[in-house]
Amino acid sequence: MSELAQQPTTRTGVAAELMARFEPECLYQETVDGIATLWVSRNRLLDVMRYLKHEIDKPFPLLFDLSAIDERLREHRAGQPASDFTVFYHLISLERNEDVRIKVALADDDLSLPTLTSVWPAANWYEREVFDMFGIDVIGHPNLFRILTPPLWEGHPLRKEHPARATEMDPYEMSPEIKHEQQEALRFVPEQWGMSTEAKHTDFMFLNLGPNHPSVHGVFRIALQLDGEVLVDAVPDIGYHHRGAEKMAERQSWHTFIPYTDRIDYLGGVMNNMPYVMAVEKMAGIEVPDRAKVIRIMLAEMFRISSHLLFFGTFAQDVGQMSPVLYMFADRERLFSNIEAITGGRMHPMWFRIGGVAQDLPDGWDTMLRDWLDYMPKRLDEYDSVSMNNSILKQRTVGIGPYNTQEGLEWGVTGPNLRATGSDWDLRKKRPYGGYDQFDFEIPVAANGDCYDRCWVRVQEIRQSLRIIRQCLDNMPSGPYKAIHPQTTPPLRERTMEDIETLIQHFLNVSWGPVIPSSECSVNIEATKGWNSYYLISDGGTGSYRTRIRTPSFPHLQMIPLISRGFMIADLIAIIASIDFVMADVDR
Amino acid sequence: MEVGFIMILPLVVGAMLGALVLVWWERRLLGFLQDRLGPNRLGPFGVGQMVADLIKLITKHDWVPPFADRLVFTLAPVAIVAAMLMGFAIVPFAPGWHIIDLNIGLLFFLAMTSLAVYGVLLAGLASNNKYSLLGGLRAAAQMVTYEVFMGLSIMGVVILTGSFNMSEIVRAQEDLWFFIPQVLGFVVFLIAGIAEAHRAPFDLPEAEHELVAGFHTEYSGMKFALVMVGEYLSVILTSAIIVTLFFGGWLGPDFLPPIIWFSLKTGLFICFFVLLRAAIPRPRYDQLMSLGWKILLPITLVNLLVTGAVVLLAKG
Repeated sequence: MSELAQQPTTRTGVAAELMARFEPECLYQETVDGIATLWVSRNRLLDVMRYLKHEIDKPFPLLFDLSAIDERLREHRAGQPASDFTVFYHLISLERNEDVRIKVALADDDLSLPTLTSVWPAANWYEREVFDMFGIDVIGHPNLFRILTPPLWEGHPLRKEHPARATEMDPYEMSPEIKHEQQEALRFVPEQWGMSTEAKHTDFMFLNLGPNHPSVHGVFRIALQLDGEVLVDAVPDIGYHHRGAEKMAERQSWHTFIPYTDRIDYLGGVMNNMPYVMAVEKMAGIEVPDRAKVIRIMLAEMFRISSHLLFFGTFAQDVGQMSPVLYMFADRERLFSNIEAITGGRMHPMWFRIGGVAQDLPDGWDTMLRDWLDYMPKRLDEYDSVSMNNSILKQRTVGIGPYNTQEGLEWGVTGPNLRATGSDWDLRKKRPYGGYDQFDFEIPVAANGDCYDRCWVRVQEIRQSLRIIRQCLDNMPSGPYKAIHPQTTPPLRERTMEDIETLIQHFLNVSWGPVIPSSECSVNIEATKGWNSYYLISDGGTGSYRTRIRTPSFPHLQMIPLISRGFMIADLIAIIASIDFVMADVDR
Repeated sequence: MEVGFIMILPLVVGAMLGALVLVWWERRLLGFLQDRLGPNRLGPFGVGQMVADLIKLITKHDWVPPFADRLVFTLAPVAIVAAMLMGFAIVPFAPGWHIIDLNIGLLFFLAMTSLAVYGVLLAGLASNNKYSLLGGLRAAAQMVTYEVFMGLSIMGVVILTGSFNMSEIVRAQEDLWFFIPQVLGFVVFLIAGIAEAHRAPFDLPEAEHELVAGFHTEYSGMKFALVMVGEYLSVILTSAIIVTLFFGGWLGPDFLPPIIWFSLKTGLFICFFVLLRAAIPRPRYDQLMSLGWKILLPITLVNLLVTGAVVLLAKG
């Protein structure tokens, strides 16, 4: 069991530098993912963070994740300081290619800590989420109110005492008074959102775009402050798609949560399974066989193409080009037929399992796929001439909504949206996971970070994914599709009939599901829209104690006001389209 | 100059039917262009779809939003359709086939399309909705701007003919259709015509991705149908005028009667309008305006100048 223990300060990397400077207010914690995890006292938090961002040699510019853990019911916490609620910060340095996780312990009767918004603007929404989900007061935060739940919600959902199911609560009734009250609470008051209603020579118009609007791709609301058609300010409002996926994870078994992950980024399909099952495998020490690895990569890349095709089509549609989306949906259908032939599912096949995939590839699985691989590049060439080289589309998107690499990192931007600014950071290359180091492909990088480049990068990625899939086809290893490991695969049938021990094991595995040793692990992958990580905490049970899902779309949306000010309504639509988000991925 | 009263009824019925058929035809053609089927279930090639659409629209709840200006809200679609139908009065479909052979036919057409702007603008204002307001404002700016080039672009034709009378313009093209000497005028008129009909790609007043449905966001049922009929009528009318001014109207070899020639040519341009909608993205509002004032206006003025000079020189 990889239990946590405090160890002497013979650390390397950022841990050593931090401990040298902040010892003894700094405590090291062992985790299975190997990320330097340090406990810091609340009073020194800002110092540590400023040090990590500005002063340290090769700093950490990216606030990758920020959330909390309700520790009150956790049993296995050996080596960790006493804490009722722990707030954690996950930082990444691209220069060092290193992560660091900072944890702050809070006592139940004093739930507050200072805000980080002065260090990272991206902390704003994350801290609101911590407040909303855990009721932790963030001192000095500019607008600390609920972000995912409705304004009049009672309780804080991710606290352990908050019910997880409707059956644990009294039947819900919405009387006319409550309805009225709820609606009033949602009313848009410009001053509350930090907007003034008039300037020196003009009265502003406020336009409520969404939550139901043709171009917001789901239920997403932006309050616009307009001077004529020019945007003075835009404030995104999220939470309309919140389903409490992180809460659900706490009452599902390790296996039964897999289908829920498919629906986080609902265009990413099995891509969502990947970080989750990889994190569980790491905690249980399961080694995945080669064939399963290649099958996983192949399906993940198929979903990358599917997601990018949908992005491309809707992007063209949002700048007013009507046809491409229909061509691309047709191509996507053909791709789904392939996915269906292999997995039996289309958009959400929930195909990955802890230790491998659900079933072996069917006989003759590659014929259909080869046809599609031959067909697709010609279509992409056609789309280049129809859309990417269209002068009106260029006029609408070149130079619109730009940001540079530094601004991007500051706001937590990852994935294609970051590579559009000239950074070549792709986790598949920089930190090859799941077998990506065996493949030959390139990372497309653009320079300007505007709407056009964000689209261009994705179009090129489709071509690279096609390359990867072809390599999977040509080099599919033989062997088992699932690890033979007691935690994940039921004992073989012949043996269960032989002795009682294996029979019991079979029974427990099927009825309870695997018991994962108490540990903490996060796995970060290059998902379709950016970096998607699952931070799992096991308390030695059959389900996760805390599941933190860090999705790329969440910080991407937070950046909208910054990159849309001064542009027109039509540009805002292009910007929204180019960001490529899925509201389920934002709200979880 | 006599008024062809006998033509009025067939023309109104014909134009409305034409608009209805066009709804079906556009959906079929778009379906073909976009690798999909389009309506194909009701009747042969789905022609029954237009009847079904019509029944649906007529029987829908006729709703006026409580916050709208009721009178103007109701009258605006009527104004759009009425102005467009009036425009058809001066179109010569074949020799002698017209409602009125006005000496100022062309000016009458321009006047009627200008009136239609009021319909759109008032619809946007009366809805009392911010999206509609933005749509109405865009419509006003766009249509007023493009009116200018529309008027100027056809003056070359008037110079060549020496008349505003539509029949005479057609007869003047017996030797040479005007789109050859007036190619610049034709191109500008075509672009201005699309903008005037606020059809994609210049459908900024109703740009669905930005303004939901723009000036007609609040319309439903029969009033919505009237707005759409107005748009289709304006597609037909613009095509008919293009054919009359630049493509010899009813003129054509003798093996087909003139009315068929006229219809064929008009139909071709209608298809072109649909094709444009399928192919081209929408420019931004300010880009459309600067295209108008910075590119189209100089082109039309040069065209006018050259045409005038050539005609003067030819006269000696």
